Amino acid sequence: MKEKTTTNGMHDGIARGAGEHPESPARRRFLGAGGAALAAPLILGASHSAAKNGSDDSSGSSGSDPSPPTTPWVQYLPDAIVPLPHVSTLTPDCTETANVAGGECGRNPHQRYAEMTNSVAHENYELRAVERPDWVFHPAYPPQPLWCYEDAHHPDSTSAAPVVFARYGHSVMCRFHNALPQDHVGFGTPEISVHLHNLHTPSESDGFPGDYFSPLKAGPTLTEPGRFKDHFYPNVYAGYDEQRRGLGDPAFAARDANGNIIGDWREALGTLFYHDHTLDFTAPNVYRGLAGFYLLYDHLDSGDENDPNPAALRLPSHPYDYPLNFADRRFDKNGRLVFDQLSPEGTLGDKIIVNGKIEPVLRVAARKYRFRLLNSGPSRNYEFYLVTARDKVESFTLIANDGNLLPAPLTGQTKARLGVAVRADIVVDFSKYPIGTELYLVNRLRQDDTRKPDKLVTPGTRVLKFVVNRGATDTSRVPAKLRPVRLPSAAELKNARVRRWEFDRKGGLWVVNDQLVDVHTPRAIITEGGYEIWELVNNSGGWLHPIHIHFEEGIIVGKTAGSKSAPLEAHEQGRKDVYVLEPGMSLRVFLRFRDFVGKYVMHCHNVIHEDHAMMVRWDIVKA
Amino acid sequence: MNTRRNLLLGAGAAALGLLTWRAAPPRSAATATGDGDALLPNTTVLAHDGRAYRFYDDLVRDKVVAINMMYVQCSGVCPAMTANLRRVQQMLGQRLGRDVYMYSITLRPEQDRPQSLAAYAGLYRIEPDSGWLFLTGEPAELLRLRRQIGFFDPDPLVDGDTASHTGAVRIGNDRFRRWTMAPALAEPGQIVATLNHVDDRMLHTAHRAAT
Repeated sequence: MKEKTTTNGMHDGIARGAGEHPESPARRRFLGAGGAALAAPLILGASHSAAKNGSDDSSGSSGSDPSPPTTPWVQYLPDAIVPLPHVSTLTPDCTETANVAGGECGRNPHQRYAEMTNSVAHENYELRAVERPDWVFHPAYPPQPLWCYEDAHHPDSTSAAPVVFARYGHSVMCRFHNALPQDHVGFGTPEISVHLHNLHTPSESDGFPGDYFSPLKAGPTLTEPGRFKDHFYPNVYAGYDEQRRGLGDPAFAARDANGNIIGDWREALGTLFYHDHTLDFTAPNVYRGLAGFYLLYDHLDSGDENDPNPAALRLPSHPYDYPLNFADRRFDKNGRLVFDQLSPEGTLGDKIIVNGKIEPVLRVAARKYRFRLLNSGPSRNYEFYLVTARDKVESFTLIANDGNLLPAPLTGQTKARLGVAVRADIVVDFSKYPIGTELYLVNRLRQDDTRKPDKLVTPGTRVLKFVVNRGATDTSRVPAKLRPVRLPSAAELKNARVRRWEFDRKGGLWVVNDQLVDVHTPRAIITEGGYEIWELVNNSGGWLHPIHIHFEEGIIVGKTAGSKSAPLEAHEQGRKDVYVLEPGMSLRVFLRFRDFVGKYVMHCHNVIHEDHAMMVRWDIVKA
Repeated sequence: MNTRRNLLLGAGAAALGLLTWRAAPPRSAATATGDGDALLPNTTVLAHDGRAYRFYDDLVRDKVVAINMMYVQCSGVCPAMTANLRRVQQMLGQRLGRDVYMYSITLRPEQDRPQSLAAYAGLYRIEPDSGWLFLTGEPAELLRLRRQIGFFDPDPLVDGDTASHTGAVRIGNDRFRRWTMAPALAEPGQIVATLNHVDDRMLHTAHRAAT
């Protein structure tokens, strides 16, 4: 469908949906002869239009009814994001053990709290999980409830989620208040457990699924309910103990401003995101909006493109360092968000929201930008291309995967494939385009149900429009070397225990090694400082599973598709924390387990599956 | 163990008898009478106590419920599931029948009439009026009800085979329209914890001490 643009650059009104039809040929083929396709399930009851949560479970539409049409390119993302300001004090003070009397929920004490709280470089943040009543996804849809994290001191109602700028060597205490409506009706539950994906975090601050809390409820692994929970984010690199004991490679010993060793700087992450992880309700809670970015900088990826330090990479920096959260959502005939709580297949959205907005425009300067792309799900997969108004594919540079800078940039890239929770940092150079040029980020990966993607289609669905509207100076660079990777040694590969995890489907539920999720029972107990190879095996039939392991990044050391060994793609060769298992695929991942002890999880990040038991608890114990 | 693979390889003779794919009726709008925003329909069901009920209005409305599927002749998971749910019942104690209700719906309504369900309940020593009802009804209606509850497999081969039926318990608090699930074979304490999660009266979800 051709678009006409008017002189002010706005689309002149041909509304179109996402370009995907629910009754696809692929679906019919799958269901066999006979034609009557099993309608994608969506729960139906009349819309609660009179009630506050009128967005729930609308009437009269089957799950495969498309969302009502929207005119694209009528909303603007801000030209620059505003980082969350930190606060000098938290009231009441933070304490190592939970301040239950003061309103904190009954969490475990912060391990290594005194040791890792930096007396000169520490930031406090205070966020509230709230229901905002009037979020506008698109002007064609009514303002409606959104659950989001909000700055407790200066809430910004124009932003769907605060972005935290953090730095290695600066410890952080983040106080999360649960101010969600405790009488909430409809999908989602008003408890929270915040997981920062994928910081090297002490277990009690990792957002363990059983650690959900509200003023009225304590999850199974907490001792008391509460109004808030303090998360201690030491922002140290993995390899902290090894380096401090003099056992690591000294060339990579990172130091904080006081000269103390804080780990191995090859182990840095950059693009992280925080989101809800409440047991059994992760999908609806994230769907309601509980997700935001946390960007980590260090001496190398310093966040200053004019950094005088010769070692600094000087990648494009704020405001030209811009995170983009892509999520799929579906809306009923009244334009209200819908989610099927009862379907084991969940809900596949046909509208892609970008930082909470449908089909927005980002006005860019004619220079390099670093875009941090995130797929926050719930289940859709993307393959993004950058195209001109005539659908000609343009290239960009890939610099990071799952938040980890690659050892060297991959130039001349034309596509970025994102499973759920996968991140990709790309650099786009707009300087070659004349002012007024319009470009689009387009998704060419078709997907008709939540199980797995279908094939690539052209021209695809345009999800984000860029308009080059101004000039700018650009002193940023993309150097030939980014961040070295610490690969396992030959001896480590030989000696590593191989632990096999088979993901399968049993009785309509998901099992791992034939067992169901149990937040009280670790399925692996690993001694601190150890390393293993985890073999992730997907023999579950026709489902794709993006497997996520908390706490540590891993290196893929082997891939098998069917029964044949398969090569890794270039972007998969660095550190990762989401391992996308296509049907019949297995991956062998080298992992170390360092610096902190306690309980963590591994789970499928198709959050529908996560809520249907596809998760295991694993623990690290002291040597 | 992959259900579809096992069916295709012929594991389980009973499974093969139902290999013929039949067009599944699409899940349709909720049919609760007079209450447009109910999530579950008002199917007429017959319970093992000999009485007829409207599923939504009489058994679910404003209640905290746990719903699973079974059938009397099942020699697969049902004995373990029902025994496990019996332990859940014991853990719930007085709450069952007062604050929480359990429903087991048969997958084979043609064979499982109220008397055989009553005998089945007796086998597991489930007292009458405990708050746990075994339900049957008209086959096409029960099929629609099962789909509405979310007990279906997208693969029609697997969905059409009662022997490979769901191992999930649908758990919800209808007053808050809040629904999730627990595996029927999970530790009973975990099933109780999920019920506690949705039950607004419960401050602590843990059935045992936090670790």
